[in-house]
Amino acid sequence: MTGLSINSLSMRFDLPNGSHVQALQDVSLDLKAGELLSVLGPSGCGKTTLLNIVAGFLAPTSGELILNGHKVTGPDAERGMVFQQGALFEWMSVRENVGFGPSMKGTPKAEKDETVDHLLDVVGLQDFKEKAVYELSGGMQQRVALARCLANDPDVILMDEPLGALDALTREKMQSLVLKLWKETGKTIILITHSVEEALLLGERLIVMAPRPGRIHTEYRLPFADLGVNADLREVKKHPDFGPKREEILNMIWDMEEEIMGGKENAA
Amino acid sequence: MIPLLIYVTIFVAAFFIVTKVVQGAGLKDYTSLKTVTFGDESAVRPNRAAGIISILTIFLMWGIFTGSSLLPGFLHAPGPYEGTTTFTYTAEANGQSDDATVTVVVHPREISTDAPEVDPGDGFAKNDSAAIAQWRSGLIRVDRNDELGRDDGATVVAVNGQSIAPGQTVAVDGGTVTLSDRGTPNFEPAKGWQMEPLYLPAPEAVWTRTIEVVSSGFRNFTLVEHLGYSLFRVIVGFVIGALVGIPLGYAMGLSDWFRGWFDPIVEFMRPVPPLALIPLVIIWAGIGEAGKIILLFLAALWIMAIAARSGVSGVKISKVHAAYSLGASKWQIMRHVIIPNSLPEIFTGARVAMGVCWGTVVAAELVAAEQGAGMMIMTASKFQNTDIVIMGIILIGVIGFGIDMLMRWAERMLVPWKGKG
Repeated sequence: MTGLSINSLSMRFDLPNGSHVQALQDVSLDLKAGELLSVLGPSGCGKTTLLNIVAGFLAPTSGELILNGHKVTGPDAERGMVFQQGALFEWMSVRENVGFGPSMKGTPKAEKDETVDHLLDVVGLQDFKEKAVYELSGGMQQRVALARCLANDPDVILMDEPLGALDALTREKMQSLVLKLWKETGKTIILITHSVEEALLLGERLIVMAPRPGRIHTEYRLPFADLGVNADLREVKKHPDFGPKREEILNMIWDMEEEIMGGKENAA
Repeated sequence: MIPLLIYVTIFVAAFFIVTKVVQGAGLKDYTSLKTVTFGDESAVRPNRAAGIISILTIFLMWGIFTGSSLLPGFLHAPGPYEGTTTFTYTAEANGQSDDATVTVVVHPREISTDAPEVDPGDGFAKNDSAAIAQWRSGLIRVDRNDELGRDDGATVVAVNGQSIAPGQTVAVDGGTVTLSDRGTPNFEPAKGWQMEPLYLPAPEAVWTRTIEVVSSGFRNFTLVEHLGYSLFRVIVGFVIGALVGIPLGYAMGLSDWFRGWFDPIVEFMRPVPPLALIPLVIIWAGIGEAGKIILLFLAALWIMAIAARSGVSGVKISKVHAAYSLGASKWQIMRHVIIPNSLPEIFTGARVAMGVCWGTVVAAELVAAEQGAGMMIMTASKFQNTDIVIMGIILIGVIGFGIDMLMRWAERMLVPWKGKG
């Protein structure tokens, strides 16, 4: 079977003072190959923990993760990751960064160069091939990060707020690029974001997580990602369902935040 | 006090002249348009003119107070008295008194001069003469040729007509006369404001001596050999220290056992100044090359270990995660992520270590060595060759500066991504 299944995943951090944090409790989720899932939630709801477990950087305290029929136990090239920022290797040129995965696998040079050239074309950075990554703008750096991830041809791409540090205009362009890449490559993508709009635009499926303990609160299936593949994202935002959905989710997250603050006040 | 006043005067005068000139030239760049400059560090750039004038002033001051031949004479500070001067003394014995003249020739130290012949004159006190070198003073036994000497109860009671008692001083032409406890006049020529060459030779004297040492060497070794030995010790000590320290630092950054085991040692040894190890190293390894290299190895080791350790700890975890997700093995992470990421820190450490090693080698050579920059200045100071001491200090400074420049250049070439992560 292909796809990713997350089976009743729990994660508990014991603190030195004897108390503990239940970062995730009994989270279950099935993703078919080629689905794009966006994850929303207030801070502290365990989104990043979930992503780190899927990436294999953390082992869950209970539950398991099955990808394409085998259990996930650690990081692997089959699950690529795009970070918010700062994960590029600044001692390498753009070309070397994108070619990092194939180099590690020992891919022949000609084949690697072809992959790199193709991906730099896709993300529109052909002219910046030999530049150092720190010479690029934030948006360009994230395009390098995307290309680097794709160069390895992973089954699943994990994105931890990849567009969070970009300005609004660049962000919009990058959202279109992510949608385009998703459609063209057919990768399974899990995207964590703080922006409700971004989650709605990009997520074919969307989960809203709730904190204390971290769990899945609500799940949606959305039509906007499919619309956005062929249309301007600004047009998609004018869709009659878009506004109400955004309000609904915003209110949901707002209520959770209120609850956390209220809880804190009561505790004090 | 006077040199300080002159220095401050030049500082202030140069400031007003230069700022006036620059304002007059109407230089307008971005910084000059900033209205808030006090407290804005980026608006404070070293004034190039100030830098040049500062260096020139140092040489100017050096020339002024050593009577350098590089400066026109009117710029010199008053020099020591040179020439022939006279003073009279009045001797009293058995109720009678008599005057006599003392002729003193004050001559430069390097020209030996005899006391001039003088006419003895009348009375029981006869005229005297003496030759005294500049910056020195001399007792003049005036009663030596007198008919009534000290043993006959004669005493000097006045100089140039001013009464004087033992311990008192009278100013005369070209110097001062002080009566010693036993009543003998002691003539001290005026020193002027210049430094005696023994304490501070003129710039050209240092230069001449440098040429001399370059061509004929010092203590059986040429100048290049002296400096070469020091550099050789630094480089060997530093390289061994880095070869051991960097892997140690990596191990401490990557393994909790290594970190736990070596942390107490490194943290304890780091604050121990390498100079404090010199006695122990001499006891253990003697004063030969081995001892010096061990000392410099120890000086570089801890610095390099700590630099490598913090270079490893400074790796952003997202980079390591990214590399793992791209399929890199542990060895590949080490080779392609951890080592390049730690290079900037290691270069910073290397610069510090080279500086410390250079200082340490000079100090170690001061204590005991057969050749080397430190040995050269220490030996020269024992023989009062101040010019060689000053030459040595300047060369040590130039080499230390050169090493630092070289390391910075290497850093720019080899780790251009420093601070860009």
